[in-house]
Amino acid sequence: MHIELRAGDFDPYAEVAGYQAKLAPGKYGASAVFVGSLRDFNEGERVTGMYLEHYPGMTEKHLDEICERAREKWRLLDGLVLHRTGDIKIGEAIVVVAIWSAHRGDALDACRFIIEDLKHQAPFWKKEQLPAGGRWVEKNTSGYAKQV
Amino acid sequence: MAIKVKFFASLRELTGKNEALIDYREGMTASQIWALVVDGMDMPADIMVAVNMEYVKGDPVAQDDDEVAFFPPVTGG
Repeated sequence: MHIELRAGDFDPYAEVAGYQAKLAPGKYGASAVFVGSLRDFNEGERVTGMYLEHYPGMTEKHLDEICERAREKWRLLDGLVLHRTGDIKIGEAIVVVAIWSAHRGDALDACRFIIEDLKHQAPFWKKEQLPAGGRWVEKNTSGYAKQV
Repeated sequence: MAIKVKFFASLRELTGKNEALIDYREGMTASQIWALVVDGMDMPADIMVAVNMEYVKGDPVAQDDDEVAFFPPVTGG
């Protein structure tokens, strides 16, 4: 698995395609991908940008541990976790999690596990830029939606 | 004989400190370290604490050369 923090903008779909091109064809039958992008609204306010802070050393260590736990729980062939840091513009990708496995159950469940753990345990902090100034995000939204 | 203390995100702004180095004293707990470094400011109820980059619960005793970090709930992704 490849885990990386990146200060600059990236195209998550090009990153996933580029990574997949290095994998042995015929081994994976499922790839599950989650991409998180910066919205222009949150909690009733217009958002104009974001600063993403992390804890150098601990963040990488924690992401390694998350992925290791996923590898212990599911049969995975490979994975890519790429997360932004620093200043982010509206519409840019914040994170991509891609998991390759022989079957969709392992790929989908591991992808969900990694992004949920990342959101609730990995030491990252978002500071939104609003028209009135900066605001630290105090908690993430739930990863499990209510059905309409 | 020292403990490195770090603050992140809103707690860095609240305390006005990125990091501090304090003299190690046997038996110092995380809450005692907080109080010492931030001059008695109340510790937020939802604070998260890591020692040597591992989450800890409760009020652990620090060892010499430890790195103790204080930060708010995380919001990555």
